[in-house]
Amino acid sequence: MSENIISFDLSEEQVMMKETISQLVKNNILDNAHNMDENKDLPLEFLQKFWGLGIPASNIPEAYGGFGMDSSPSMNAIVLEELACGDMSFAIAATLPLLFALTVSEMGTEDQKSKYLPSFCSEKFFPATAAVNEMRFGFDASQPATTAVKKNGSYIINGGKCFVPLADSAELMLVAAFCDNKADLFIVEKGTPGVTVQEREKNLGLYALATNEVTFKDCEIPAENRLGGDQGCNFDLFLQKSRIALSAIGTGISRASYEYAKSYARERKQFGEPIASRQSIAFMIAEMAYEVDAMRLLTWKAASALENGKDARRESYLAKLYAGDMTMKITDYGVQILGGHGYVRDHPVERYYRNGRGIAILEGMALV
Amino acid sequence: MINLETPDYINNMRSSMNNLAKGVLRPIARKYDESEHAYPTELEMFRNIKVMGRPKKKKDGEQASPDKGNGKPKRGMNLGTVVTIEEMCWGDAGLLLSLPNSGLGNAAIAAVATDEQLEKFGDKWAAMAITEPGSGSDSGSITTTAKLEGDEWVLNGEKIFVTCADRCDVVVVWATVDKSAGKSAIKSFIVEKDRPGFKLEHLEHKLGIRSSDTGTFVLDNCRIPKSNILGDSEVKTSTDGFKGVMKTFDNTRPMVASMAIGIARAALDFTREKLEENGFVLDYSKNLNNISSLEKEFYTMEANLEAMRMLTWRAAWMADNEKFNNVEASMAKAKSGRYGTLITQKCCELLGPLGFSQQYLAEKWMRDSKIMDIFEGTGQIQHLIIARNVLEMSSSELK
Repeated sequence: MSENIISFDLSEEQVMMKETISQLVKNNILDNAHNMDENKDLPLEFLQKFWGLGIPASNIPEAYGGFGMDSSPSMNAIVLEELACGDMSFAIAATLPLLFALTVSEMGTEDQKSKYLPSFCSEKFFPATAAVNEMRFGFDASQPATTAVKKNGSYIINGGKCFVPLADSAELMLVAAFCDNKADLFIVEKGTPGVTVQEREKNLGLYALATNEVTFKDCEIPAENRLGGDQGCNFDLFLQKSRIALSAIGTGISRASYEYAKSYARERKQFGEPIASRQSIAFMIAEMAYEVDAMRLLTWKAASALENGKDARRESYLAKLYAGDMTMKITDYGVQILGGHGYVRDHPVERYYRNGRGIAILEGMALV
Repeated sequence: MINLETPDYINNMRSSMNNLAKGVLRPIARKYDESEHAYPTELEMFRNIKVMGRPKKKKDGEQASPDKGNGKPKRGMNLGTVVTIEEMCWGDAGLLLSLPNSGLGNAAIAAVATDEQLEKFGDKWAAMAITEPGSGSDSGSITTTAKLEGDEWVLNGEKIFVTCADRCDVVVVWATVDKSAGKSAIKSFIVEKDRPGFKLEHLEHKLGIRSSDTGTFVLDNCRIPKSNILGDSEVKTSTDGFKGVMKTFDNTRPMVASMAIGIARAALDFTREKLEENGFVLDYSKNLNNISSLEKEFYTMEANLEAMRMLTWRAAWMADNEKFNNVEASMAKAKSGRYGTLITQKCCELLGPLGFSQQYLAEKWMRDSKIMDIFEGTGQIQHLIIARNVLEMSSSELK
């Protein structure tokens, strides 16, 4: 970028992408999100449809079989918001391979890139995931209790991870572990001895997304599987990108809840007029409208910092904090505006409310 | 393409305006808070810098700027103005409102005056008089009258909450030329302070922004020349004229939002200073629930401040790029007015005794910021505007 000009407008390319994703969500997800949630099943067919747009491949350099476009955090944020506006489980599952591929592409060694990236340029959805969260009180992503210790040309991983999406089917897994006094990422291939994928977890939200607890017991991986080589990777950058991604997802769920409650309030009549004609309801809707925008702008602000080659630690931290709080507030309003109807599962607002709790809690589930 | 990274020219503008605020406004902030209504003579240096002004109308035949319409985002005056206002209010909000020749009336004159009026009143300090004892947010209900008698308008009524009431040279007074004709009959008139029948009744004693002189005017058969009317004198059947006047607020609301941002940032900067002096490290890395509540509150306020600023910059940027920003302007004002109030309250709480004592400015910022959720449309009015807009409901469907 030659001259840094502030802009709140999407480029033509960004508008096209947003419309493409929105269409995909409309045609495949909106009518199915309820059943996916009830049946705790996210059909591969839908993941394949998103995959078909070639987004992971476009972010991978030509040398490894991709289209070699510059990876753009703001574009990825736009994509995640649109997907999450359809369904958060879908947004996470569909972009999981991107999470892995982007991280390796940006922080991996030459060998890691040439070994792992070509798989993401194939025509078939290639499942890969990341294991970041841990089931303990006061969990902090930058201080994992899972450890990796170097021993005779290998790393030995010990510990346990939770909320690992698609852990059962994933061919590759990025594992966050503490090593040399810092958090780092390690590439673990499917079937590595010492890795146990536990039973599928039951969570507050994200029913459609299969997540598992994964344990590592003296799991030995080659030394070259430490992301970025001997010195490790820029784990803070990984967290920054994951925080921006979760903010974008929070914006998407919040927008879905806002839009649904807004149209409901216009239709629903009590005392002879639409409930929206009462200020108590109308003011909640006004607040939802500008908080969704504010969340998106903070997300874009953080994404813009990265895009301009700057550190986004502060911006991404504040964006995620804001999205975590506001997603909860807005999805709460969504249920409240529908009243009793918002509490039953026939309307999607209760799902948004359950899923929304994840924004503040989860880390490393998506990336921009 | 989305790019919310602050451009260099804005950063430069911020730092030079901040130096000015720090060097000129901060040192006298307490002095004029204590000596309410005294004119801050130190501000004379600003007489020729019109912070609240707007670009003059293009004269017929004047070329439009060459970059117009090429679709690229533009550097514009609105964004520059809100950035300037934030810095100045970081210095002191009441003093910003006291800058000579930068009244709201000046903005109105700059927007619609004829060449002759501009010649005559362009370098005067112009206040704005809209509010009446019985007419606040419902500005369409004003009862001050203007009657044409020969070559003169005769004005009668009472105007309250006029900013710069004592210091200004002229006042732009809203009055109806025909009470039965509703909003379309509301016009604005330039009234010189020395006109017989125009009297500054008294100055208000306020919670905050005490350095700004807020006053009440009585118009008792006050006669002004026929040519002192701003805009068209004809009463149209549509309310387009009134809507046009209300549109002024689309420009001024982001400015008020920015005032709230400036004050809130002042409070946050001071709180951060005290936190760091006392060994807290704000490094934006730890799990929010593994830190002290003090730190968590601070981060949350900082995120809200950033949200206020982004909503405000968006509204200003839209105006610069000739996009209709009515709802975005109200969003900026709704969020910033409310959260500016909450942030300054919370900073006082976190500061403890330092936040209650007049030894420091934090208590003053808490008083000053409250007005930002009130003037130029209360937070509730902003919510109404936003709700009607997003729900696509008329003012009769959503009262």
